[in-house]
Amino acid sequence: MSEERVGPLRYLYKHRFLILRRISQLTIMVLYIGGNIYGWKILQGNLSSSRFLDLVPLADPFAVLQMFFAGAIVGVDALVGALIILAFYAFVGGRAFCSWVCPMNVVTDFANWLRVKTNIHREEWQLRITRKTRYLALTLALVLSFILAMPAFEYVSPISILHRGLIFGMGLGWTMVLAIFLFDLFVIKNGWCGHVCPLGGFYSLVTKPSLIRVNYNKDRCTECMECVKICPESQVLHMVGKHSSIVNSGECINCGRCVEVCNDDAIYFTLRFKKEEVSHETK
Amino acid sequence: MAKDKPPTPRGETRRKFLVRTMQAIGISIVGGVVWGAFVKENTYDPLVIRPPGALPGDEFLKKCIKCGLCVEACANRPSVPYEGGKKKVTLRLATPGDNKPLGTPYFIPRDVPCYMCEDIPCVPACPTGALEPDLVSTLKDGQKKLDITKARMGVAVIDQKNCIAYWGLRCDACYRVCPLLDKAIYIEVYRNPRTGKHAFMVPKVDPDHCTGCGLCEHACVTEKAAIFVLPRDIALGRAGKHYMKGWEEQQPQEAPERIRGLGHESVENYLNTEDLLNE
Ligand code: SF4
Ligand code: SF4
Ligand code: SF4
Ligand code: SF4
Repeated sequence: MSEERVGPLRYLYKHRFLILRRISQLTIMVLYIGGNIYGWKILQGNLSSSRFLDLVPLADPFAVLQMFFAGAIVGVDALVGALIILAFYAFVGGRAFCSWVCPMNVVTDFANWLRVKTNIHREEWQLRITRKTRYLALTLALVLSFILAMPAFEYVSPISILHRGLIFGMGLGWTMVLAIFLFDLFVIKNGWCGHVCPLGGFYSLVTKPSLIRVNYNKDRCTECMECVKICPESQVLHMVGKHSSIVNSGECINCGRCVEVCNDDAIYFTLRFKKEEVSHETK
Repeated sequence: MAKDKPPTPRGETRRKFLVRTMQAIGISIVGGVVWGAFVKENTYDPLVIRPPGALPGDEFLKKCIKCGLCVEACANRPSVPYEGGKKKVTLRLATPGDNKPLGTPYFIPRDVPCYMCEDIPCVPACPTGALEPDLVSTLKDGQKKLDITKARMGVAVIDQKNCIAYWGLRCDACYRVCPLLDKAIYIEVYRNPRTGKHAFMVPKVDPDHCTGCGLCEHACVTEKAAIFVLPRDIALGRAGKHYMKGWEEQQPQEAPERIRGLGHESVENYLNTEDLLNE
């Protein structure tokens, strides 16, 4: 597929999902900002809750879950919105929110990129915490919501602070974003998104059944391990070099980095129920 | 029960597991306490002025999803005023540094008051019910209609020492700007005993009508406003149920006639002699 591409074209091809993701993140952001400033009716509100085309309500299912734990009877719009978003990611998109929508992803990706480029990254310099921490944070968010009778994560969420900040004005919100950036740069590789973020944890848990999946084909694999190296959730690629399988873990963020770096077409996007060979040839 | 499990590479799984568990519990407790304290600290603000229809206090904090749809509705309302080419948007979402519950909508009346839009665009925009239409509606011909005069965002309070009208100067800036003129703010006239021949014309606020929009605070001519909006539960007192206003028509409990020693008319006159201008 890729043999005849050279120079910039090849570069574009090797970063096609990255580019598409940045376009997606940027477009969504611009639409939200336009909605606030100019009253565009495409996307209004923010990631916590919004209106699409002034008609369809959308809402962050995790935020609504916290409100439920806080004991609030949430309005119909937010409820319907949360179900729409939940259904989309759970049954179609996987954890794509993290890589295609969330603005924090740009920050943490940048930290990660710097970390690798500047050689700050040394395995032995890593603080070791388990990737399961996010489930701890998730549990804590719900327990605290219940105890405080308030959506607990929503009052500290750096994701919302950043996203709201970009739309409505940042205030001192940049300090929070900087803190996450430094954390990811110096303390743990993929620290926030891969280890701590309870929203990511939430989506990891609920998006397991999703239709769009990354597939790994051992027959084509030359075991260069580039995919595992670049994957921000590298644990989900545990089967690489061992056996063919789709990436079944909900922790995969469907960013497509592994697909891009693979020179042997051994790893690619597929639909869960599609016959493997067919899906490959039609790509 | 771990005994009949196959041996693990290190053989110390159980101890490790216990240590891990203890660590996790430790982290959760510390994390929970810090996190909880932060949220509590962050959400405590008795002085915040919320949009129309906002549920009271913690009920609001529980429901508001911090989406800013109310803010956008306010910014994009049909009659948004401009100042120096910039939109004057009433509502804003608290950002870190504002010392308000993070991400929740509020306004600062001295900067930009609420303009009491008749269709109250901010309220129906709210997806969660944190802004409750029922709190700003009246029943009209069996139909609920949004009615901004029902809003109770706060109540205006006058600092009589610093309001220049109470010095005897002519100022009715707040009175003129009030959308509920002569209801929420009215002017009382009485003789100036210092000069003997001049009148005091002082503004007074009737909390029964005041919505707390803050147009008065915005308009006040003094350097720091002498009339300002406070949350109602902070600004207003409560007399208690054991006091009864015998002169009011709609008594919940019929007061026997003979209690009113002075008679209905005279009591009213006695208490309202100074109310010359106001009907
Ligand atoms: S009623 Fe007040 S807060 Fe609501 S949109 Fe109008 S000006 Fe803004
Ligand atoms: S629209 Fe409702 S939920 Fe959204 S910020 Fe305003 S009050 Fe909160
Ligand atoms: S008295 Fe002031 S706060 Fe009250 S309704 Fe009038 S302008 Fe608004
Ligand atoms: S505008 Fe200020 S100074 Fe003037 S009458 Fe009203 S409260 Fe007093």
